[in-house]
Amino acid sequence: MSVRPSDFPAPWSAAEAVRAPTDPVDERIEVGFLIVGAGPAGLAAAIRIGQLIEEQPDVAERLGDVPVAVLEKGKAPGSHLLSGAVVNPRGLQRLFKGRKRIDEMPFYGPVHGESVLFLTKRRALRIPTPPTMVNHRNYVASLARLGRWLGEEAEALGATILPETAAEQLLVDGGRVVGVRTGDRGRGRAGEELGNFEPGSDIAARVTILAEGTQGHLTGAALDRFYLRSDNPQVWALGVKEVWKVATPLREVVHTMGWPLRPGKRYREFGGSFIYPMGDDMVTIGLVVGLDYRDAELSVHDLLQELKTHPRVRRILEGGERVQWGAKTIPEGGFVALPKKLHAPGLLLCGDGAGFVNVPALKGIHYAIESGRLAAEAAWRTLERGASPRSALATYDESVRESFIWRDLQEVRNMRQVFGRGFYVGGALAGAMTATKGRFPPGNAATERDAEQSLIATDRAASYPTPDGVLTFDKLSSVFASGNRTRDDQPNHIRIQTKVPRELAELWARMCPAQVYEVGEADGDGTVEVKLAPSNCVQCGAITAKGGRLTPPEGGSGPEYTLT
Amino acid sequence: MARILVFLEHHEGAIQKGSLGVLAKAGQLGGEVSGVVIGSGVRELAEAGGRHGAATVYVADDASLAAPLPQPRVDVLAKLVGDEGFDTVLFAQSVLAADVAAGLAVRLGAGLNWDLVDLDADGIGKRPALADSVLVDVGWSSDVRLAIFRAGTFDAVETGGSAEIKDAAVELQGFSTQAEMVEQAHADQQGPSIEDAEVIVAGGRGLGEPEKFALAEELAQALGGAVAATRAVVDAGWYPYSAQVGQTGKTVSPKLYVALGISGAIQHKVGMQGSNVIVSINKDSNAPIFEFSDLGVVGDLHEIVPKLVELVRARRS
Amino acid sequence: MKIAVCVKAVPDATAGRRIDPATKRIDRSVELAISDFDTYAVEEALRLKEEAGDGEVVVVSMGPEKAMDALRKALAMGADRATLITDSALGGADLLGTAAALAGALESESPDLILFGQQSADGGGACLWSAVAERLRRPVISQVSELTTESGSVTGKRQTEFGYDTIRAPLPAVIAVSDAINTPRYPSLKGIMGAKKKPQSTFSAADVGGAVEPATTVVALAPPPARGDARKIEDDGSAAEKILEFLAEKRLV
Repeated sequence: MSVRPSDFPAPWSAAEAVRAPTDPVDERIEVGFLIVGAGPAGLAAAIRIGQLIEEQPDVAERLGDVPVAVLEKGKAPGSHLLSGAVVNPRGLQRLFKGRKRIDEMPFYGPVHGESVLFLTKRRALRIPTPPTMVNHRNYVASLARLGRWLGEEAEALGATILPETAAEQLLVDGGRVVGVRTGDRGRGRAGEELGNFEPGSDIAARVTILAEGTQGHLTGAALDRFYLRSDNPQVWALGVKEVWKVATPLREVVHTMGWPLRPGKRYREFGGSFIYPMGDDMVTIGLVVGLDYRDAELSVHDLLQELKTHPRVRRILEGGERVQWGAKTIPEGGFVALPKKLHAPGLLLCGDGAGFVNVPALKGIHYAIESGRLAAEAAWRTLERGASPRSALATYDESVRESFIWRDLQEVRNMRQVFGRGFYVGGALAGAMTATKGRFPPGNAATERDAEQSLIATDRAASYPTPDGVLTFDKLSSVFASGNRTRDDQPNHIRIQTKVPRELAELWARMCPAQVYEVGEADGDGTVEVKLAPSNCVQCGAITAKGGRLTPPEGGSGPEYTLT
Repeated sequence: MARILVFLEHHEGAIQKGSLGVLAKAGQLGGEVSGVVIGSGVRELAEAGGRHGAATVYVADDASLAAPLPQPRVDVLAKLVGDEGFDTVLFAQSVLAADVAAGLAVRLGAGLNWDLVDLDADGIGKRPALADSVLVDVGWSSDVRLAIFRAGTFDAVETGGSAEIKDAAVELQGFSTQAEMVEQAHADQQGPSIEDAEVIVAGGRGLGEPEKFALAEELAQALGGAVAATRAVVDAGWYPYSAQVGQTGKTVSPKLYVALGISGAIQHKVGMQGSNVIVSINKDSNAPIFEFSDLGVVGDLHEIVPKLVELVRARRS
Repeated sequence: MKIAVCVKAVPDATAGRRIDPATKRIDRSVELAISDFDTYAVEEALRLKEEAGDGEVVVVSMGPEKAMDALRKALAMGADRATLITDSALGGADLLGTAAALAGALESESPDLILFGQQSADGGGACLWSAVAERLRRPVISQVSELTTESGSVTGKRQTEFGYDTIRAPLPAVIAVSDAINTPRYPSLKGIMGAKKKPQSTFSAADVGGAVEPATTVVALAPPPARGDARKIEDDGSAAEKILEFLAEKRLV
């Protein structure tokens, strides 16, 4: 009887992340609009609000002393942001129309050329670029760097950014979201209050905009609490990437498919790699693999190390030096997994948290920015005299449906799912979809929950390279290269069952790019103990896709990305 | 020819080994080497300076200098440098020495480089930076050069010579004597804290179980050092967080760091890579710690350490 | 009582800390944050103010313009004002230059008590306070792990290699506190939000008495030498003896 992660669900329920406000009114923090997440979606919303405040100061008065606040669980905007990335500038152009030009934005230059390679262990075959992946007129960016810049722009327009602040619970009163409760700081491993214990606070707002990114904590709670979940479950991929200083400039954007992933249907290894130039002296390389994979020994971290040993890839990195590493999940369900509604009373959902990612094109940032902008405009409508907040927020759904977000995602809606049939069949079907712009095959293919894939064991780990510390690295060195120096003496933020079958413990140990999980002692009844090192966690979210639950640790914990 | 003055710090009737080590280093720089002893009732310490390489030892002996406070020492040194024309003043790192050197630098308008691990006759010092990941060459552009050497960098050398002993003037500024010693430190009965310890024995997962920390403790006691732990064993509850060395624990740079059953992941390495001498025992020949140990022993620590403890005890008695 | 806390804004992310090969100094173009060690001094100042029931805590720093963002954390913790000495002329300042500039700013503030943290998180130096005390011609106590104030004076328990001294000095005095003295508080959300509104001022080099030429130079950078004659042996039963021999050779036992 094969083990499935979903047979061992996490000891967590969405109800834990929802509560009524408890702080007395005079201790509550009141803001106008509250945005959770200082990523591209959240900061776009903050920037748009700032623009509207400039344009309509009398309306803005209704927002009070702190018109817009942005909560960020990382050390600073950008610390927890990670992507490839090749960005479609459309979202930024619309957000900054008339105010900023592209050359004023922190990009690493336009895409000059691109190639798509099909890899075998030793060879690289160039294949025509699929139309969905053409990156003409797009720009290479570091999302962490872009996020830092967007944060500065938001602050210049009057937003208050509150870093090192985890949003732990959604405050719901009378069926309406009225704000957020932030997390405590200064608790010890057993939850005890340490000398500098600082309790969280209730933050009250007219409208709360959730822009938490992948596996959004409050987003997950809201989808359950307000019955917003799509009938099709969300699915995710895990992306692991590195930034390198290189001796030879890379002159084009590269995507690869094939090796080291296996094409057979039983493996369900969907994904590929990207190698992007960041200026003349840096390159970023990453591997993205769908979390519906079945092999318990699969480790995306180590597959990336293996990928680097391919002669074609090794050449690019020769003479260089790894300067940063990171990992993050990407929602891949696309159109069919979008929430039934993107709003609830007092609440709006944006960006990756809502699932706005175009998987074949590997794009999500411009959708995040556009959705943040639209959310800001919908929130602003609640300020209009005589406005009904409910119908004002409903205009967000309407405007998203009329936007390029909806159009693009609908066109590619079935592509990810067909790869469940294996690489070649999936590829053929995907080709047909592209040619017909999504009209064939008709209908919407269902997604299958990642955690419901039963596990198999092959000897996959045998081919992972032994880290040499120059080209290839072990997980702990990678965690160090993420800038992670999380305080050890705090409560464990990961919810999993700690007594599970060995294969599941091994799945988690291999899956986690940060070596949080370890297979412990056997209990004698077919199960083993799972040991955790939570302070290694870079909050990628993979565990939530595979039977556990990531909750936000103490604010300020986690990676400190600057170039990812 | 350089005229070098070495600050000879003393405690309870003896000149500190660190200061004597710096005196030895001074002797290699090819100039005239003098030492200075400042305190009350310290005249007889001067002869030790001569025996360890000083051609001249200046003595500032006065009741007002009894307490080991920095500012009166700045006054004495400033006058001495001015009167005798020294161009180089060297210190061995200590809490007192750092305070004295910095005050003296301002008094004389002299450049001060600290945490040096070497100095050459051309006036270039070497100092590690960024958690010892880089070595920086530093220099001076002032007429008088002050330098503080990292603790334990140089060993004392008995030259068997004898020094000419001269008196140094004691003229103290008003503000220098405003801080007063209410109670001076007594000899500490407890073992040193890990940040101050000259010897640290650290235990990791290779110890196998919490009880085996006793091995680390015995070895530490035999060597006169403190016990530290890696994050993994602190996480597992084997040892308290106050003993954790590493990126999210303490950073230490003792003269000797003995790593027992520690793999040497970078999170641990950055907390101890500045140690002078690193000895590690691990049964995994591929453990990364061997890449930065001075002596790496591939073997079973449970067999080696008890024997080592006995040998150390025997040698010390 | 008016307490000035001297803090330094240093590159924040561990991953970002590097030496700029062009200037041979720490690359300060990345995000800056208050050096961890200095937060203990800020915390101590806040505690003294809270115990006394009133007073003022001013943070003083020298650095590039964007260091002011880092000073806001101290304001968020509860400090009342921030003053930043910023001037391109002070860019390469060493100990003498930094001490002179800080002393200049402190003289205009004339605080009763001046606090420092125990060392700089990036430069590793541990003596700025003595240099400042010398310029101000005031008493200094360093490595203080316990601090009490009485009317007109301050008493510190100072940790040295030999144990703890108890030293008293009249105010105004310069005190450097160690990280054993307290546990710094997390800024509250209200504190973070209120920080922006607290007074923040800047001083130029001219305001603090001009720039002092550096008296030290950085000549070159190199990777550290690999540990000379590193040895790796397999235990054949005599490892303990070999270790002892090695330790004896190095005069460690």
